[in-house]
Amino acid sequence: METLDQIKARVEAAFPGASVEIVPNAGVGGQRSLLVDHAHALDVARFLREDPALRLDYASNVTGVDWLDAVIKEKRKVKQVIAGVEREIEETTERRRPGYLEVVYHLYSMELKHGPLVLRLRTANRADNARVPSLTPVWRAAEFQEREAYDLYGIIFDGHPDLRRILMWDEFRDFPMRKDYVEPDDYEYEPTPHDDVLAKAKRHYQP
Amino acid sequence: MNSEPAKLENAPLAKPYELRPKALADGGQPGELLEISMGPQHPSTHGVFRMDVVLDGERVVKLKPVFGYLHRNHEKIGENTTYLGSMPYTDRLDYFCSLTSNWAYALAVEKLAGLQAPERAEYIRVITAELTRLQNHISLVGFLLQDMGASGTPLMYAFREREKILDLFESLTGARMMCNYMRFGGCRCDLPPGWLDQARQVVGEFPRFLDEFEALLSGNEILLSRTQGVGALPPELAVNAGITGPMLRASGVNYDIRKVDKYGIYDRFDFRVPLGDHGDVYDRYMMRVLEMRASLKILEAALRDIPDGPIMDPKSKLRGFRPRAGEVYGRIESPKGELGFYLISDGSPKPCRYRVRPPSFINLTILEDMCLGHYVADAVIILGSVDIVMGEVDR
Amino acid sequence: MSVPLPGQGIVKGLVETARNFVGSYVEKDRLVTVQYPEERVPQAEASRNFPFLVYDGDDWQKGLRCVACQICEKECPPQCIYIVKDTARKPDHTGKLQFQPRLFEIDTSVCMSCQVCVEVCPFDAIKMDVEYELSTSDRFNSLLLRKAQLAKPNQYFHKIHPAEAAEVDARLGADKAKAEAKAAAATRPA
Repeated sequence: METLDQIKARVEAAFPGASVEIVPNAGVGGQRSLLVDHAHALDVARFLREDPALRLDYASNVTGVDWLDAVIKEKRKVKQVIAGVEREIEETTERRRPGYLEVVYHLYSMELKHGPLVLRLRTANRADNARVPSLTPVWRAAEFQEREAYDLYGIIFDGHPDLRRILMWDEFRDFPMRKDYVEPDDYEYEPTPHDDVLAKAKRHYQP
Repeated sequence: MNSEPAKLENAPLAKPYELRPKALADGGQPGELLEISMGPQHPSTHGVFRMDVVLDGERVVKLKPVFGYLHRNHEKIGENTTYLGSMPYTDRLDYFCSLTSNWAYALAVEKLAGLQAPERAEYIRVITAELTRLQNHISLVGFLLQDMGASGTPLMYAFREREKILDLFESLTGARMMCNYMRFGGCRCDLPPGWLDQARQVVGEFPRFLDEFEALLSGNEILLSRTQGVGALPPELAVNAGITGPMLRASGVNYDIRKVDKYGIYDRFDFRVPLGDHGDVYDRYMMRVLEMRASLKILEAALRDIPDGPIMDPKSKLRGFRPRAGEVYGRIESPKGELGFYLISDGSPKPCRYRVRPPSFINLTILEDMCLGHYVADAVIILGSVDIVMGEVDR
Repeated sequence: MSVPLPGQGIVKGLVETARNFVGSYVEKDRLVTVQYPEERVPQAEASRNFPFLVYDGDDWQKGLRCVACQICEKECPPQCIYIVKDTARKPDHTGKLQFQPRLFEIDTSVCMSCQVCVEVCPFDAIKMDVEYELSTSDRFNSLLLRKAQLAKPNQYFHKIHPAEAAEVDARLGADKAKAEAKAAAATRPA
């Protein structure tokens, strides 16, 4: 398969105005991924599926990821002249990163037997604008998995044919996979030896 | 009561979109539609699975799978325990194939932390995974026949053979089903003395049983008429819907992760990937039988070639395991399809994101498409041929 | 190619069933049912069920190998172990002062027999039992195993897992000999 940079260049050439970004990965394998904007997501997805050199016809894994608001500290070495002597000083910059929800697609090609290409979509925020375009019209493999991401993370997929809760019951009102989800008191009410669970259950069940 | 009988044109059909086949292509007589809820406590649904079925006479007009009855948020538990702590939980995903679930998770973490299992451990993994495939497929065929109404006999024969493999698992790992055997960078313990001979004996006797099983079933006219042409799945739809495993190959798509990714040491074995032609229930049944024969080939070679040596990567450690930050997706060919683990590490002892890509969950995507227009009794065997385990579907 | 007679496949299947039925009277391979509880399957060496605590010597209260380090409590995936450490060191069966667990409880209704506690224990104090006839009439209280129920002698460990127990004993013995040699070297006048 082509490198991610080549794919990015070709996608940008095919869709002028599309914002495509490469997300680095600090891990051992270093599998980088492609972040695509909402307006062109469907076009890019179709391109990846139809392009004869890529033919990524199989969306293996679709999942949500929750990123909370975070303060990112970056350390940089800066050269500074202190008292006439040039020294290297470590400077720490802090920047606030607002939280967002992310959908990750792992794409493979069954025809050409290569992959994976990791595609990412990000929501604007975690609250009122947790929306991304659905890629189910391109890969039906995403149908249940996007429903699951909606169910557990509250990501709304625009254009999904049947966006309902899938694992939790319909009346459930929260999104349990979010990092700031607080489980209800009666979550575990059986008396286990752990006092905190027991105390919580007693609080809930006694009037 | 509503006196006006519902017209077929007004039937609440599934929303049409790309690739969805037309319901009721044969154009039956319009009649009153019956909506029934099959399951969750129904013997044919392999656990607690429910199908909301709309029937026109006995034909399925609409089918919506409903699940989540066994949902315990496996992924959240995985994010709240250490990497090691999640290993026994992976046994409970697909409780028929705990060793392949172990392997998939171990593979993902090894990719994340840069560990490499030694050669003997890789051989043990292949042997246990292929034994798992044997016992999964044999019990699946038994259950499928049970769904078809062959009350007991094939299932009991299948379970008799499965027990022999489970005995092997017990003497190796200590448990028959919840093995919790693999570790990051190897396996928990070495093979007990005499285990290999015992395994060779079981593998050597298995073909005879398979021949008997096929004589019992493969030519049986009732089985043929119940399964052939039922629940056909076209290959384009199968690929697009992310179907994997024997179901995909029954539709004629040659995609086996053992061949494509060559994870572990699968490049050392010469085995055939059987392919189907029609993608119907019969092909899916046949696919399991043929895959068992291919697995036996791998097992024979692996049991012959297994070397001596260590079984753990010296770099791996049990406690205080913290892989460096990054993300990884590791996948294997489990007996049900592609089982993948997507892990994001932030450098802490617990994963920041722990995701399971469950094959039987995604293979249910096209259940409705396969069942539309068939009899409700066929819907049961179509579901049986998908090979689902609710522990994995609901997670 | 000859066209198979209709019903041939069914007849072939019936022959197979008959062979299995008759075979079950003569072949050991085809009659595999074990008449539990009169008959029992022999336990494999590696079999495991729920954990128990090993003690040395005769007095279980003194001889527990557990020193209440609480590693297993932390590592237990379903969090079914509950330990309260004693406040003061007490003499163990050899007379050495040692921390001991004041409470050690395992909730077997939560335990999933995964053996992680055994693997992480640095003192070989907790091992897997093979006892499986554990049904009780009380759902919560009797399934919570207390220290007295968990403590079992080293001889019992030898009985259920002979190879592993021999290995553990050899290792502990070697460690002890090394420690004694070291202690002797330290006390010897220079």
